Amino acid sequence: MRSGAFLLVCLIVGSLVYAAAIGLGNDYYFFAGYVVLQYIVLATAWNILGGYCGYVNFGSAAFFALGAYSTVFMHRFYPVPIPFLVAIGGVVSGVVGFGMGYLTLRLRGAFFAIATLALAVVLQTLIVNWDYVGGSRGAYIVRPESIAPFGSYIKYLFLIMMLLAIGSITVARLIERSRLGFGFATIRDDEMAAEASGVPTLRLKLIATTISGALMGMAGAPFPYYIGYLQPSSAFGLDYAVNSIAMPLIGGTTSWVGPLIGAILLGSLQQIATVTISSAVNLLIVGFLLVGFVIVAPNGIVGLVHKYIQHRPEDLVGRRRVSADAPETAP
Amino acid sequence: MTELLEVSRLGKRFGGFVALENITLSVRPGERLGLIGPNGSGKSTLVNCICGTLRHEAGSVSFDGHVLNGSTAHQRTRRGLARTFQLPRPFVSLTLADNLRIPLVYAVAARGGHHSSHDIEDRCVALLREVGLESKARRLPRELTQVEMRKLELARAMAAEPKLLIADESMAGLTHSEVEEILALLMRLNAHGVTIILIEHIMRAVMSFSQRLVVLVSGRKIADGDPAAVVRDPDVERAYLGQ
Repeated sequence: MRSGAFLLVCLIVGSLVYAAAIGLGNDYYFFAGYVVLQYIVLATAWNILGGYCGYVNFGSAAFFALGAYSTVFMHRFYPVPIPFLVAIGGVVSGVVGFGMGYLTLRLRGAFFAIATLALAVVLQTLIVNWDYVGGSRGAYIVRPESIAPFGSYIKYLFLIMMLLAIGSITVARLIERSRLGFGFATIRDDEMAAEASGVPTLRLKLIATTISGALMGMAGAPFPYYIGYLQPSSAFGLDYAVNSIAMPLIGGTTSWVGPLIGAILLGSLQQIATVTISSAVNLLIVGFLLVGFVIVAPNGIVGLVHKYIQHRPEDLVGRRRVSADAPETAP
Repeated sequence: MTELLEVSRLGKRFGGFVALENITLSVRPGERLGLIGPNGSGKSTLVNCICGTLRHEAGSVSFDGHVLNGSTAHQRTRRGLARTFQLPRPFVSLTLADNLRIPLVYAVAARGGHHSSHDIEDRCVALLREVGLESKARRLPRELTQVEMRKLELARAMAAEPKLLIADESMAGLTHSEVEEILALLMRLNAHGVTIILIEHIMRAVMSFSQRLVVLVSGRKIADGDPAAVVRDPDVERAYLGQ
Protein backbone atom coordinates (compact mmCIF):
# COMPACT_ATOMS: atom_id res chain seq x y z
CA MET A 1 0.00 0.00 0.00
CA ARG A 2 1.34 3.41 -0.94
CA SER A 3 1.98 5.92 1.84
CA GLY A 4 -0.82 8.23 0.69
CA ALA A 5 -3.34 5.40 0.74
CA PHE A 6 -2.00 4.21 4.09
CA LEU A 7 -2.41 7.69 5.54
CA LEU A 8 -5.95 7.83 4.22
CA VAL A 9 -6.81 4.48 5.82
CA CYS A 10 -5.31 5.69 9.11
CA LEU A 11 -7.37 8.88 8.96
CA ILE A 12 -10.53 6.89 8.28
CA VAL A 13 -9.80 4.52 11.19
CA GLY A 14 -8.98 7.53 13.38
CA SER A 15 -12.27 9.20 12.44
CA LEU A 16 -14.18 6.02 13.29
CA VAL A 17 -12.45 5.78 16.68
CA TYR A 18 -13.22 9.43 17.36
CA ALA A 19 -16.84 8.97 16.33
CA ALA A 20 -17.13 5.84 18.50
CA ALA A 21 -15.72 7.72 21.51
CA ILE A 22 -18.29 10.48 20.98
CA GLY A 23 -21.00 7.84 20.62
CA LEU A 24 -20.13 6.40 24.02
CA GLY A 25 -21.10 9.76 25.47
CA ASN A 26 -18.56 9.84 28.28
CA ASP A 27 -15.48 12.08 28.37
CA TYR A 28 -13.59 9.42 30.32
CA TYR A 29 -13.02 7.51 27.07
CA PHE A 30 -11.25 10.56 25.67
CA PHE A 31 -9.02 10.80 28.75
CA ALA A 32 -8.17 7.10 28.58
CA GLY A 33 -7.81 7.13 24.78
CA TYR A 34 -5.46 10.10 24.96
CA VAL A 35 -3.04 8.09 27.12
CA VAL A 36 -3.15 5.09 24.78
CA LEU A 37 -2.54 7.33 21.76
CA GLN A 38 0.28 9.08 23.58
CA TYR A 39 1.91 5.68 24.14
CA ILE A 40 1.48 4.82 20.48
CA VAL A 41 3.55 7.90 19.61
CA LEU A 42 6.15 7.20 22.31
CA ALA A 43 6.50 3.51 21.46
CA THR A 44 6.72 4.22 17.72
CA ALA A 45 9.31 6.94 18.33
CA TRP A 46 11.38 4.68 20.60
CA ASN A 47 11.23 1.91 18.02
CA ILE A 48 12.79 4.08 15.29
CA LEU A 49 16.05 4.14 17.26
CA GLY A 50 15.68 1.06 19.47
CA GLY A 51 13.94 -1.34 17.11
CA TYR A 52 15.14 -0.29 13.67
CA CYS A 53 18.72 0.61 14.66
CA GLY A 54 19.14 -1.58 17.74
CA TYR A 55 20.13 1.30 20.03
CA VAL A 56 18.26 1.03 23.32
CA ASN A 57 17.22 4.42 24.64
CA PHE A 58 16.38 4.58 28.36
CA GLY A 59 15.88 8.33 28.17
CA SER A 60 12.43 8.43 26.53
CA ALA A 61 10.98 10.23 29.53
CA ALA A 62 13.54 13.02 29.10
CA PHE A 63 12.45 13.73 25.51
CA PHE A 64 8.81 13.51 26.50
CA ALA A 65 9.43 15.91 29.39
CA LEU A 66 11.32 18.31 27.13
CA GLY A 67 8.22 18.57 24.95
CA ALA A 68 6.05 19.10 28.00
CA TYR A 69 8.33 21.75 29.50
CA SER A 70 8.65 23.52 26.14
CA THR A 71 4.89 24.00 26.41
CA VAL A 72 5.18 25.31 29.98
CA PHE A 73 7.92 27.70 28.88
CA MET A 74 5.90 28.98 25.92
CA HIS A 75 2.78 29.24 28.08
CA ARG A 76 4.60 31.78 30.23
CA PHE A 77 6.76 33.39 27.56
CA TYR A 78 4.39 33.74 24.59
CA PRO A 79 1.24 31.60 24.56
CA VAL A 80 0.47 29.98 21.21
CA PRO A 81 -2.09 27.36 20.11
CA ILE A 82 -1.33 23.70 20.83
CA PRO A 83 -0.41 22.71 17.24
CA PHE A 84 2.42 25.27 17.39
CA LEU A 85 3.44 23.98 20.81
CA VAL A 86 3.62 20.47 19.35
CA ALA A 87 5.93 21.75 16.61
CA ILE A 88 8.09 23.63 19.13
CA GLY A 89 8.29 20.58 21.42
CA GLY A 90 9.31 18.49 18.44
CA VAL A 91 12.05 20.91 17.42
CA VAL A 92 13.45 21.21 20.96
CA SER A 93 13.49 17.45 21.55
CA GLY A 94 14.79 16.81 18.04
CA VAL A 95 17.72 19.16 18.61
CA VAL A 96 18.48 17.51 21.96
CA GLY A 97 18.15 14.11 20.28
CA PHE A 98 20.65 15.18 17.65
CA GLY A 99 23.03 16.43 20.34
CA MET A 100 22.66 13.26 22.35
CA GLY A 101 23.33 11.24 19.23
CA TYR A 102 26.41 13.26 18.40
CA LEU A 103 27.82 12.80 21.89
CA THR A 104 26.89 9.18 22.51
CA LEU A 105 26.56 7.26 19.27
CA ARG A 106 30.12 6.09 19.32
CA LEU A 107 28.97 4.12 22.36
CA ARG A 108 27.23 0.83 21.83
CA GLY A 109 25.02 -1.60 23.72
CA ALA A 110 24.75 -1.10 27.46
CA PHE A 111 27.08 1.93 27.37
CA PHE A 112 24.73 3.80 25.04
CA ALA A 113 21.72 2.83 27.14
CA ILE A 114 23.38 4.10 30.32
CA ALA A 115 24.32 7.36 28.59
CA THR A 116 20.68 7.97 27.64
CA LEU A 117 19.64 7.27 31.22
CA ALA A 118 22.23 9.78 32.39
CA LEU A 119 20.79 12.35 29.97
CA ALA A 120 17.37 11.94 31.61
CA VAL A 121 18.87 12.46 35.07
CA VAL A 122 20.79 15.56 33.95
CA LEU A 123 17.74 17.11 32.27
CA GLN A 124 15.51 16.38 35.25
CA THR A 125 18.05 18.06 37.54
CA LEU A 126 18.09 21.11 35.28
CA ILE A 127 14.29 21.34 35.21
CA VAL A 128 14.02 20.90 38.99
CA ASN A 129 16.32 23.88 39.40
CA TRP A 130 14.73 26.10 36.74
CA ASP A 131 12.20 28.34 38.46
CA TYR A 132 10.84 29.90 35.27
CA VAL A 133 9.12 26.59 34.36
CA GLY A 134 8.07 25.88 37.92
CA GLY A 135 11.16 24.11 39.24
CA SER A 136 10.54 21.42 41.82
CA ARG A 137 7.17 22.89 42.88
CA GLY A 138 5.69 22.31 39.42
CA ALA A 139 3.60 24.47 37.09
CA TYR A 140 -0.14 24.88 36.62
CA ILE A 141 -1.62 25.03 33.15
CA VAL A 142 -5.31 25.77 33.36
CA ARG A 143 -6.94 24.49 30.21
CA PRO A 144 -10.18 26.01 28.93
CA GLU A 145 -13.34 24.03 29.66
CA SER A 146 -14.33 23.90 26.05
CA ILE A 147 -13.17 24.81 22.58
CA ALA A 148 -15.22 25.27 19.42
CA PRO A 149 -16.12 23.20 17.44
CA PHE A 150 -15.03 20.19 19.53
CA GLY A 151 -16.92 20.88 22.72
CA SER A 152 -14.91 19.79 25.74
CA TYR A 153 -11.18 20.50 25.64
CA ILE A 154 -10.22 16.84 26.15
CA LYS A 155 -11.82 16.00 22.80
CA TYR A 156 -9.53 18.55 21.18
CA LEU A 157 -6.48 17.09 22.95
CA PHE A 158 -7.57 13.60 21.96
CA LEU A 159 -7.84 14.66 18.34
CA ILE A 160 -4.39 16.25 18.39
CA MET A 161 -2.88 13.10 19.89
CA MET A 162 -4.76 10.99 17.35
CA LEU A 163 -3.22 13.00 14.50
CA LEU A 164 0.20 12.71 16.13
CA ALA A 165 -0.20 8.95 16.44
CA ILE A 166 -1.25 8.68 12.79
CA GLY A 167 1.66 10.90 11.78
CA SER A 168 4.22 8.92 13.77
CA ILE A 169 2.98 5.56 12.44
CA THR A 170 3.10 6.90 8.89
CA VAL A 171 6.64 8.21 9.40
CA ALA A 172 7.77 4.89 10.92
CA ARG A 173 6.22 2.91 8.06
CA LEU A 174 7.74 5.23 5.49
CA ILE A 175 11.19 4.85 7.08
CA GLU A 176 10.85 1.07 7.31
CA ARG A 177 10.19 0.73 3.58
CA SER A 178 12.76 3.26 2.45
CA ARG A 179 16.48 3.24 1.79
CA LEU A 180 16.82 4.78 5.24
CA GLY A 181 15.03 1.83 6.83
CA PHE A 182 17.34 -0.64 5.09
CA GLY A 183 20.28 1.36 6.39
CA PHE A 184 18.85 1.26 9.92
CA ALA A 185 18.40 -2.52 9.66
CA THR A 186 22.05 -2.99 8.69
CA ILE A 187 23.13 -0.95 11.72
CA ARG A 188 21.01 -3.20 13.93
CA ASP A 189 22.38 -6.38 12.33
CA ASP A 190 26.08 -5.56 12.01
CA GLU A 191 27.50 -2.07 12.09
CA MET A 192 30.95 -3.03 10.81
CA ALA A 193 29.49 -4.89 7.83
CA ALA A 194 27.18 -1.93 7.21
CA GLU A 195 30.12 0.46 6.97
CA ALA A 196 31.91 -1.98 4.69
CA SER A 197 28.83 -1.96 2.45
CA GLY A 198 28.91 1.82 2.10
CA VAL A 199 26.31 2.69 4.75
CA PRO A 200 27.15 5.97 6.53
CA THR A 201 26.25 4.55 9.94
CA LEU A 202 27.01 7.61 12.05
CA ARG A 203 24.88 9.89 9.88
CA LEU A 204 22.00 7.43 9.89
CA LYS A 205 22.15 7.08 13.67
CA LEU A 206 21.99 10.86 14.01
CA ILE A 207 18.92 10.90 11.78
CA ALA A 208 17.35 8.18 13.95
CA THR A 209 18.03 9.95 17.26
CA THR A 210 16.71 13.23 15.85
CA ILE A 211 13.46 11.77 14.47
CA SER A 212 12.92 9.61 17.55
CA GLY A 213 13.58 12.50 19.93
CA ALA A 214 11.37 14.90 17.96
CA LEU A 215 8.39 12.52 17.97
CA MET A 216 8.75 11.94 21.73
CA GLY A 217 8.86 15.69 22.31
CA MET A 218 5.75 16.15 20.18
CA ALA A 219 3.97 13.53 22.30
CA GLY A 220 4.92 15.46 25.43
CA ALA A 221 3.91 18.93 24.22
CA PRO A 222 0.13 18.69 24.86
CA PHE A 223 0.70 16.85 28.17
CA PRO A 224 0.60 19.91 30.47
CA TYR A 225 -2.84 20.75 29.07
CA TYR A 226 -3.96 17.18 29.68
CA ILE A 227 -2.67 16.87 33.22
CA GLY A 228 -3.21 20.50 34.30
CA TYR A 229 -0.39 20.46 36.83
CA LEU A 230 3.07 19.47 35.63
CA GLN A 231 5.87 18.58 38.00
CA PRO A 232 9.24 17.02 37.19
CA SER A 233 8.36 13.66 38.76
CA SER A 234 5.32 13.28 36.51
CA ALA A 235 6.97 14.49 33.30
CA PHE A 236 10.11 12.41 33.86
CA GLY A 237 8.07 9.49 35.21
CA LEU A 238 9.40 5.94 35.08
CA ASP A 239 6.16 4.93 33.35
CA TYR A 240 7.19 6.66 30.14
CA ALA A 241 10.68 5.18 30.04
CA VAL A 242 9.47 1.66 30.83
CA ASN A 243 6.36 1.69 28.65
CA SER A 244 8.08 3.12 25.60
CA ILE A 245 10.53 0.20 25.74
CA ALA A 246 8.11 -2.52 26.83
CA MET A 247 5.42 -1.74 24.26
CA PRO A 248 7.62 -2.26 21.17
CA LEU A 249 9.26 -5.30 22.76
CA ILE A 250 5.87 -6.91 23.41
CA GLY A 251 4.48 -5.92 20.03
CA GLY A 252 7.67 -6.62 18.04
CA THR A 253 10.49 -4.26 17.18
CA THR A 254 11.26 -4.97 13.53
CA SER A 255 8.09 -3.42 12.15
CA TRP A 256 5.92 -0.33 12.64
CA VAL A 257 3.03 -2.65 13.57
CA GLY A 258 4.77 -3.95 16.71
CA PRO A 259 4.80 -0.72 18.76
CA LEU A 260 1.22 -0.02 17.65
CA ILE A 261 -0.01 -3.40 18.88
CA GLY A 262 2.08 -3.20 22.05
CA ALA A 263 0.86 0.31 22.88
CA ILE A 264 -2.79 -0.52 22.30
CA LEU A 265 -2.54 -3.76 24.30
CA LEU A 266 -0.50 -2.48 27.24
CA GLY A 267 -1.97 1.03 27.25
CA SER A 268 -5.54 -0.31 27.32
CA LEU A 269 -4.71 -2.88 29.99
CA GLN A 270 -3.21 -0.16 32.15
CA GLN A 271 -6.24 2.07 31.70
CA ILE A 272 -8.55 -0.79 32.64
CA ALA A 273 -6.38 -1.59 35.67
CA THR A 274 -6.40 2.06 36.70
CA VAL A 275 -10.19 2.17 36.99
CA THR A 276 -10.75 -1.39 38.21
CA ILE A 277 -7.81 -2.00 40.55
CA SER A 278 -5.31 0.85 40.92
CA SER A 279 -2.88 2.80 38.77
CA ALA A 280 -0.18 1.47 41.11
CA VAL A 281 -0.35 -1.95 39.40
CA ASN A 282 0.39 -0.51 35.95
CA LEU A 283 4.12 -1.15 36.05
CA LEU A 284 3.50 -4.57 37.61
CA ILE A 285 1.39 -5.49 34.60
CA VAL A 286 4.14 -4.29 32.28
CA GLY A 287 6.73 -6.28 34.22
CA PHE A 288 4.74 -9.53 34.12
CA LEU A 289 3.92 -9.19 30.44
CA LEU A 290 7.52 -8.31 29.56
CA VAL A 291 8.90 -11.35 31.39
CA GLY A 292 6.23 -13.53 29.80
CA PHE A 293 6.97 -12.31 26.30
CA VAL A 294 10.73 -12.57 26.70
CA ILE A 295 10.23 -16.26 27.57
CA VAL A 296 7.40 -17.18 25.20
CA ALA A 297 7.80 -14.77 22.28
CA PRO A 298 11.13 -12.92 22.31
CA ASN A 299 10.31 -11.35 18.96
CA GLY A 300 7.00 -10.01 20.22
CA ILE A 301 3.52 -10.52 18.84
CA VAL A 302 4.66 -9.71 15.29
CA GLY A 303 7.36 -12.37 15.65
CA LEU A 304 4.74 -14.89 16.78
CA VAL A 305 2.59 -14.09 13.77
CA HIS A 306 5.64 -14.51 11.51
CA LYS A 307 6.26 -17.91 12.98
CA TYR A 308 2.79 -19.04 11.96
CA ILE A 309 2.95 -17.70 8.43
CA GLN A 310 6.47 -18.86 7.62
CA HIS A 311 5.18 -20.80 4.66
CA ARG A 312 4.75 -17.40 3.02
CA PRO A 313 8.23 -15.94 2.51
CA GLU A 314 6.80 -12.57 1.51
CA ASP A 315 5.44 -11.97 5.01
CA LEU A 316 2.55 -9.66 5.70
CA VAL A 317 4.63 -7.44 7.93
CA GLY A 318 8.18 -6.96 9.08
CA ARG A 319 10.23 -9.03 6.65
CA ARG A 320 11.06 -6.99 3.64
CA ARG A 321 9.82 -7.27 0.08
CA VAL A 322 12.38 -8.66 -2.30
CA SER A 323 12.83 -9.03 -6.00
CA ALA A 324 9.70 -9.82 -7.90
CA ASP A 325 11.88 -11.47 -10.52
CA ALA A 326 13.34 -14.03 -8.17
CA PRO A 327 11.64 -17.42 -8.43
CA GLU A 328 9.37 -18.58 -5.65
CA THR A 329 11.09 -21.07 -3.39
CA ALA A 330 9.86 -23.46 -0.77
CA PRO A 331 10.84 -22.42 2.75
CA MET B 1 51.37 1.95 -14.74
CA THR B 2 49.80 3.92 -11.85
CA GLU B 3 49.29 1.81 -8.75
CA LEU B 4 45.69 1.23 -7.66
CA LEU B 5 46.56 0.79 -3.99
CA GLU B 6 49.63 2.18 -2.29
CA VAL B 7 50.35 1.48 1.35
CA SER B 8 53.32 3.43 2.60
CA ARG B 9 55.18 2.86 5.87
CA LEU B 10 52.00 1.82 7.65
CA GLY B 11 52.13 1.29 11.39
CA LYS B 12 49.51 0.11 13.88
CA ARG B 13 49.78 -0.60 17.61
CA PHE B 14 47.35 -2.03 20.14
CA GLY B 15 48.66 -0.55 23.37
CA GLY B 16 52.20 -1.82 23.66
CA PHE B 17 51.75 -4.51 21.00
CA VAL B 18 53.05 -3.62 17.56
CA ALA B 19 50.57 -5.17 15.13
CA LEU B 20 51.98 -3.62 11.95
CA GLU B 21 55.37 -2.03 11.46
CA ASN B 22 56.49 -0.03 8.48
CA ILE B 23 54.40 -1.89 5.91
CA THR B 24 54.87 -0.73 2.33
CA LEU B 25 52.82 -2.38 -0.34
CA SER B 26 51.48 -1.54 -3.77
CA VAL B 27 48.92 -3.22 -5.98
CA ARG B 28 48.53 -2.65 -9.73
CA PRO B 29 45.11 -2.44 -11.43
CA GLY B 30 43.85 -5.88 -12.43
CA GLU B 31 46.46 -7.70 -10.34
CA ARG B 32 45.82 -10.83 -8.24
CA LEU B 33 47.83 -10.51 -5.07
CA GLY B 34 48.16 -13.21 -2.43
CA LEU B 35 48.77 -12.17 1.16
CA ILE B 36 49.88 -14.88 3.56
CA GLY B 37 51.37 -15.20 7.01
CA PRO B 38 51.01 -17.26 10.16
CA ASN B 39 48.15 -16.56 12.59
CA GLY B 40 48.71 -13.24 14.35
CA SER B 41 51.01 -11.92 11.66
CA GLY B 42 48.84 -8.86 11.07
CA LYS B 43 47.02 -9.77 7.83
CA SER B 44 43.54 -8.89 9.03
CA THR B 45 44.83 -5.80 10.85
CA LEU B 46 46.37 -4.65 7.58
CA VAL B 47 43.04 -5.21 5.79
CA ASN B 48 41.21 -3.33 8.53
CA CYS B 49 43.62 -0.40 8.21
CA ILE B 50 43.35 -0.33 4.42
CA CYS B 51 39.54 -0.50 4.55
CA GLY B 52 39.15 2.08 7.32
CA THR B 53 37.77 -0.28 9.95
CA LEU B 54 40.84 0.49 12.08
CA ARG B 55 42.80 3.73 12.20
CA HIS B 56 46.53 3.43 11.71
CA GLU B 57 48.98 5.59 13.63
CA ALA B 58 51.72 5.87 11.05
CA GLY B 59 52.06 5.90 7.29
CA SER B 60 49.46 6.39 4.59
CA VAL B 61 47.04 4.53 2.37
CA SER B 62 46.31 5.80 -1.15
CA PHE B 63 43.69 4.31 -3.41
CA ASP B 64 43.04 5.20 -7.03
CA GLY B 65 44.99 8.42 -6.66
CA HIS B 66 43.31 9.54 -3.42
CA VAL B 67 44.92 9.57 0.01
CA LEU B 68 42.48 7.74 2.29
CA ASN B 69 43.98 8.65 5.66
CA GLY B 70 41.17 9.70 7.99
CA SER B 71 38.33 8.65 5.70
CA THR B 72 35.72 6.28 7.08
CA ALA B 73 35.09 2.71 5.96
CA HIS B 74 31.93 3.61 4.04
CA GLN B 75 33.72 6.40 2.19
CA ARG B 76 36.41 3.93 1.10
CA THR B 77 33.77 1.45 -0.05
CA ARG B 78 32.16 4.19 -2.09
CA ARG B 79 35.53 4.86 -3.73
CA GLY B 80 35.62 1.25 -4.89
CA LEU B 81 37.43 -0.60 -2.11
CA ALA B 82 35.41 -3.59 -0.93
CA ARG B 83 36.17 -6.43 1.43
CA THR B 84 34.85 -9.67 2.83
CA PHE B 85 35.19 -10.64 6.48
CA GLN B 86 37.10 -13.59 7.85
CA LEU B 87 33.91 -14.75 9.57
CA PRO B 88 30.88 -13.98 7.37
CA ARG B 89 28.88 -11.04 8.70
CA PRO B 90 25.58 -11.09 6.82
CA PHE B 91 22.69 -8.78 7.66
CA VAL B 92 20.72 -11.45 9.45
CA SER B 93 17.29 -9.82 9.34
CA LEU B 94 17.44 -9.17 5.60
CA THR B 95 16.90 -11.64 2.80
CA LEU B 96 19.80 -12.55 0.52
CA ALA B 97 18.53 -10.18 -2.16
CA ASP B 98 18.28 -7.37 0.34
CA ASN B 99 21.77 -8.11 1.65
CA LEU B 100 23.03 -7.32 -1.85
CA ARG B 101 20.74 -4.36 -2.24
CA ILE B 102 22.52 -2.49 0.58
CA PRO B 103 25.85 -1.85 -1.23
CA LEU B 104 23.98 -1.21 -4.46
CA VAL B 105 21.81 1.43 -2.82
CA TYR B 106 24.45 2.98 -0.57
CA ALA B 107 27.78 2.55 -2.35
CA VAL B 108 27.06 2.23 -6.07
CA ALA B 109 24.17 4.71 -6.19
CA ALA B 110 26.33 7.22 -4.29
CA ARG B 111 28.79 7.22 -7.19
CA GLY B 112 26.01 7.62 -9.73
CA GLY B 113 25.20 4.07 -10.82
CA HIS B 114 21.98 2.00 -10.69
CA HIS B 115 19.55 4.75 -9.81
CA SER B 116 16.25 3.06 -10.56
CA SER B 117 14.87 0.37 -8.28
CA HIS B 118 14.42 -1.85 -11.34
CA ASP B 119 18.17 -1.60 -12.11
CA ILE B 120 18.95 -2.50 -8.53
CA GLU B 121 16.58 -5.49 -8.54
CA ASP B 122 18.12 -6.75 -11.78
CA ARG B 123 21.62 -6.41 -10.41
CA CYS B 124 20.71 -8.26 -7.19
CA VAL B 125 19.31 -11.18 -9.18
CA ALA B 126 22.32 -11.20 -11.54
CA LEU B 127 24.76 -11.28 -8.63
CA LEU B 128 22.89 -14.06 -6.86
CA ARG B 129 22.88 -16.01 -10.14
CA GLU B 130 26.63 -15.41 -10.46
CA VAL B 131 27.29 -17.03 -7.09
CA GLY B 132 24.65 -19.73 -7.50
CA LEU B 133 22.24 -18.43 -4.87
CA GLU B 134 19.49 -17.14 -7.14
CA SER B 135 17.01 -19.74 -5.96
CA LYS B 136 17.49 -18.56 -2.36
CA ALA B 137 16.95 -14.86 -3.01
CA ARG B 138 14.08 -14.70 -0.54
CA ARG B 139 15.72 -16.75 2.17
CA LEU B 140 17.38 -15.38 5.27
CA PRO B 141 21.13 -15.88 5.80
CA ARG B 142 20.55 -18.26 8.73
CA GLU B 143 19.20 -20.81 6.24
CA LEU B 144 22.50 -20.97 4.33
CA THR B 145 25.29 -23.52 4.52
CA GLN B 146 28.87 -22.50 5.28
CA VAL B 147 29.92 -22.28 1.64
CA GLU B 148 26.74 -20.42 0.72
CA MET B 149 27.45 -17.94 3.49
CA ARG B 150 30.93 -17.37 2.04
CA LYS B 151 29.38 -16.88 -1.39
CA LEU B 152 26.89 -14.38 0.01
CA GLU B 153 29.76 -12.50 1.63
CA LEU B 154 31.58 -12.37 -1.71
CA ALA B 155 28.44 -11.41 -3.59
CA ARG B 156 27.81 -8.53 -1.20
CA ALA B 157 31.34 -7.27 -1.72
CA MET B 158 30.87 -7.63 -5.49
CA ALA B 159 27.60 -5.69 -5.25
CA ALA B 160 29.61 -2.63 -4.23
CA GLU B 161 31.15 -2.86 -7.74
CA PRO B 162 34.67 -2.50 -6.40
CA LYS B 163 37.87 -1.72 -8.23
CA LEU B 164 39.71 -3.63 -5.52
CA LEU B 165 38.29 -6.56 -3.59
CA ILE B 166 40.03 -7.86 -0.48
CA ALA B 167 38.94 -11.43 0.24
CA ASP B 168 39.87 -12.20 3.84
CA GLU B 169 40.02 -15.98 4.26
CA SER B 170 37.01 -16.56 2.03
CA MET B 171 37.80 -20.27 1.78
CA ALA B 172 38.39 -21.08 5.44
CA GLY B 173 36.60 -24.26 6.51
CA LEU B 174 35.51 -25.25 3.02
CA THR B 175 35.96 -28.60 1.27
CA HIS B 176 38.25 -29.09 -1.73
CA SER B 177 35.44 -28.68 -4.27
CA GLU B 178 34.01 -25.68 -2.44
CA VAL B 179 37.46 -24.02 -2.50
CA GLU B 180 37.54 -24.61 -6.26
CA GLU B 181 34.12 -22.97 -6.58
CA ILE B 182 35.22 -19.86 -4.71
CA LEU B 183 38.49 -19.72 -6.67
CA ALA B 184 36.62 -19.93 -9.96
CA LEU B 185 34.36 -17.13 -8.78
CA LEU B 186 37.32 -14.91 -7.87
CA MET B 187 39.01 -15.66 -11.20
CA ARG B 188 35.85 -14.68 -13.10
CA LEU B 189 35.68 -11.48 -11.11
CA ASN B 190 39.30 -10.72 -11.86
CA ALA B 191 38.69 -11.42 -15.54
CA HIS B 192 36.11 -8.61 -15.42
CA GLY B 193 38.86 -6.23 -14.34
CA VAL B 194 38.53 -6.31 -10.54
CA THR B 195 41.84 -6.25 -8.70
CA ILE B 196 41.90 -8.84 -5.92
CA ILE B 197 43.92 -9.29 -2.75
CA LEU B 198 43.47 -12.83 -1.47
CA ILE B 199 44.31 -13.53 2.15
CA GLU B 200 44.36 -17.24 2.70
CA HIS B 201 45.94 -20.11 4.59
CA ILE B 202 45.15 -22.70 1.91
CA MET B 203 48.45 -22.59 0.01
CA ARG B 204 47.19 -24.59 -2.96
CA ALA B 205 44.52 -21.93 -3.54
CA VAL B 206 46.93 -19.05 -2.98
CA MET B 207 49.53 -20.46 -5.34
CA SER B 208 47.06 -21.16 -8.14
CA PHE B 209 45.40 -17.77 -7.77
CA SER B 210 48.16 -15.26 -7.08
CA GLN B 211 50.32 -13.47 -9.61
CA ARG B 212 52.34 -12.01 -6.76
CA LEU B 213 52.73 -13.06 -3.15
CA VAL B 214 53.36 -10.97 -0.05
CA VAL B 215 54.29 -12.52 3.29
CA LEU B 216 53.70 -10.90 6.67
CA VAL B 217 55.30 -12.16 9.86
CA SER B 218 54.88 -10.49 13.26
CA GLY B 219 53.54 -7.32 11.67
CA ARG B 220 56.41 -6.96 9.20
CA LYS B 221 56.60 -7.68 5.49
CA ILE B 222 59.32 -10.25 4.91
CA ALA B 223 58.77 -11.16 1.26
CA ASP B 224 57.12 -9.75 -1.85
CA GLY B 225 57.40 -11.22 -5.34
CA ASP B 226 56.75 -14.17 -7.61
CA PRO B 227 54.81 -16.82 -5.63
CA ALA B 228 57.10 -19.69 -6.60
CA ALA B 229 60.18 -17.75 -5.53
CA VAL B 230 58.60 -16.39 -2.34
CA VAL B 231 57.65 -19.80 -0.95
CA ARG B 232 61.27 -20.95 -1.43
CA ASP B 233 62.57 -17.88 0.40
CA PRO B 234 64.52 -19.05 3.49
CA ASP B 235 62.91 -16.35 5.67
CA VAL B 236 59.44 -17.50 4.68
CA GLU B 237 60.32 -21.15 5.28
CA ARG B 238 61.71 -20.20 8.68
CA ALA B 239 58.55 -18.26 9.55
CA TYR B 240 56.29 -21.17 8.68
CA LEU B 241 58.42 -24.15 9.70
CA GLY B 242 60.61 -22.65 12.43
CA GLN B 243 64.40 -22.78 12.61
